[in-house]
Amino acid sequence: MTSTIDTAAGELAGLSATTLLRFATAGSVDDGKSTLVGRLLHDSKSVLADQLEAVEHASRSRGAEGPDLALLTDGLRAEREQGITIDVAYRYFATPRRRFILADTPGHVQYTRNMVTGASTADLAVVLVDARNGVIEQTRRHAAVAALLRVPHVVLAVNKMDLVAYEEKVFAKIAEEFTAYAGELGVPEITAIPISALAGDNVVEPSSNMDWYGGPTVLEHLETVPVSHDLTSCHARLPVQYVIRPQTAEHPDYRGYAGQIAAGTFRVGESVTVLPSGRTSKVAGIDLLGKPVDVAWTPQSVTVLLEDDIDVSRGDLLVPSSDTPSTSQDIAATVCHVADTPLVVGQRVLLKHTTRTVKAIVKQIPSRLTLDDLSQHPNPGQLVANDIGRVLVRTAEPLALDAYADSRRTGSFLLIDPADGTTLAAGMAGEAFAKAEDAHGAPADDEGWDF
Amino acid sequence: MTTAASVNEGTGNSGDAEGSPVSDSPYALSHLDALESEAVHIFREVAGEFERPVILFSGGKDSIVMLHLALKAFAPAPVPFALLHVDTGHNFPEVIEYRDRVVAEHGLRLHVASVQDYIDRGVLRERPDGTRNPLQTLPLTEKIQAERFDAVFGGGRRDEEKARAKERVFSLRDEFSQWDPRRQRPELWQLYNGRHAPGEHVRVFPLSNWTELDVWQYIARESIALPEIYFAHERDVFKRSGMWLTAGDWGGPKDGEDVVRRQVRYRTVGDMSCTGAVDSDATTLAAVITEIAASRLTERGATRADDKLSEAAMEDRKREGYF
Repeated sequence: MTSTIDTAAGELAGLSATTLLRFATAGSVDDGKSTLVGRLLHDSKSVLADQLEAVEHASRSRGAEGPDLALLTDGLRAEREQGITIDVAYRYFATPRRRFILADTPGHVQYTRNMVTGASTADLAVVLVDARNGVIEQTRRHAAVAALLRVPHVVLAVNKMDLVAYEEKVFAKIAEEFTAYAGELGVPEITAIPISALAGDNVVEPSSNMDWYGGPTVLEHLETVPVSHDLTSCHARLPVQYVIRPQTAEHPDYRGYAGQIAAGTFRVGESVTVLPSGRTSKVAGIDLLGKPVDVAWTPQSVTVLLEDDIDVSRGDLLVPSSDTPSTSQDIAATVCHVADTPLVVGQRVLLKHTTRTVKAIVKQIPSRLTLDDLSQHPNPGQLVANDIGRVLVRTAEPLALDAYADSRRTGSFLLIDPADGTTLAAGMAGEAFAKAEDAHGAPADDEGWDF
Repeated sequence: MTTAASVNEGTGNSGDAEGSPVSDSPYALSHLDALESEAVHIFREVAGEFERPVILFSGGKDSIVMLHLALKAFAPAPVPFALLHVDTGHNFPEVIEYRDRVVAEHGLRLHVASVQDYIDRGVLRERPDGTRNPLQTLPLTEKIQAERFDAVFGGGRRDEEKARAKERVFSLRDEFSQWDPRRQRPELWQLYNGRHAPGEHVRVFPLSNWTELDVWQYIARESIALPEIYFAHERDVFKRSGMWLTAGDWGGPKDGEDVVRRQVRYRTVGDMSCTGAVDSDATTLAAVITEIAASRLTERGATRADDKLSEAAMEDRKREGYF
């Protein structure tokens, strides 16, 4: 494999473009997650000499023989002292084919909160299992979070294959069980890869110990999985962030609506509707950071000019007039509670949706979900940290929410404590999981969690 | 795919699939376009939600890129933020010239928090090692309080250092500017929560997801001018803790440290007393990028004495209110 750095140097002359993949890892230290991440960074030559030296030094002082690659992903002193990971850490590496942003989520405390956070922006999630243990409760929980957050691609990394004699049978059984389970939850794409993070099998280099496996290594898969798709069939959504009005001699009448396209594509000449007001106009121009363009798409940051001088301000949503979402003050959603204080029925909160923040009240908490077995607990009265549950929220003003299944960015929201600004919960509008029929054409087993 | 091909045409977008080794959807942005769009989104969120934002501007490459992004985010209107420079008194003259030039060119408002003033007034005392980096925290905090800045943009990147890898894009600080890693809010999707109590403020890091190489590639793509010290030049330097420091009245060299003339460049720009130069013959942007791409040392490992103090040096400084 060509080293990252040589090619990066070679690329710079033409500044040839590579794409960006955001992915998350889930698993505990016991599954070898830190070792896998360390291996990816190390074998893709993303670890530099002074970092490796620091790891070698730390490993020696802890009595280890070789460098412990898990130490590469250590963060704060508090964590090192306690041997835990308290938070999502972001890692950066690159190969000649792609730039990667890895949200490394810890497996111990606050696992749900952290994994939900990491998965919220991920195009792909890597779920690790120990080949000796197979699919366990924790694996099912990770699959459920990936499904709930609608991460488009899931990789099952069956680790520690060296400890089961690189047996194909062991891998096949685990892969089959996981694929069936994740498929039921509506995960659209699952790729299972047998690896040994410690020995380096199938992480970056193909393994010579598993000739029976013909698929990609973890890194090959990360490099080639599509990061975007045909957007023409998607709902187009532009939340207005800021109104640009120079009011200068040069631009006396310029009035542009700045925002990052949250979904789909926008074209000059297209009829658009402003929500929630319902006023309509046409796109007169699109400014892509200083360049006029005829068409722009997610996630580009643009400034849109309209033909008519209508009232548009921060918090409004621009949508094609042919594809307007309905607006409502009553929202049914799944939330992951992320704060230390509970969320209770009757609580007054702020709801932040795209660029709009409105007052809201928690009307009902119809159920709480146990991720381990997807069992449902009706009317829990409250949700505590790391709980996932259904909520009904009434907002002070109508909001144009999409179903999260249709649009991650315009179907998601935060609940915020108005007193101190704490982020209380992460919300996803609409149904929790994709229907299994959609994913596999077969009805789901009756698990008793039909929410 | 014909639709998609025509989509790319005419936008001049650098995410064109042409030449890219990954055959991705034509809608996939290049990494620089994606990072640029994300940073612009962050600037606009702050403009939309805060009363008095300010950009920390050191004249270093990261703050220069931040300013460039802010200019693009609000064009053709002016940047709706002032700049704040924390002046250690140990500045490279080329950097101060650059700062003043940029401020004049874009008609910006510049605030300066001066470490020297604090030393002259006896509020801060010079450290035995002559390093003024840790002394910046108090002038910065008091300027934020005095000017009632509620959002303070910093050029920190998560790839720089372990403690920064856990930093949020919106990082809540108390009235003493202190960072409490356990008090930080989870950041989900692109929904940034900037709510804060009076007296508190939010540090905002639009370059969180950029790497050193991204910054340099972006500088090259956008043809952004930089202070000359980023390029190889002859300079009188002396060696301390394995790094080339510039001789000057800030307190170097000491006894036993020989001054030599070498061809060097700066990879980061900070306080002269703790920012080291690297041997280099890279006189152009392309040469600098080649050099960085081939470097086996991290940016801070190669150039920052203050981070070599301990394994948790940055974590400690961040907690106290450092950038």
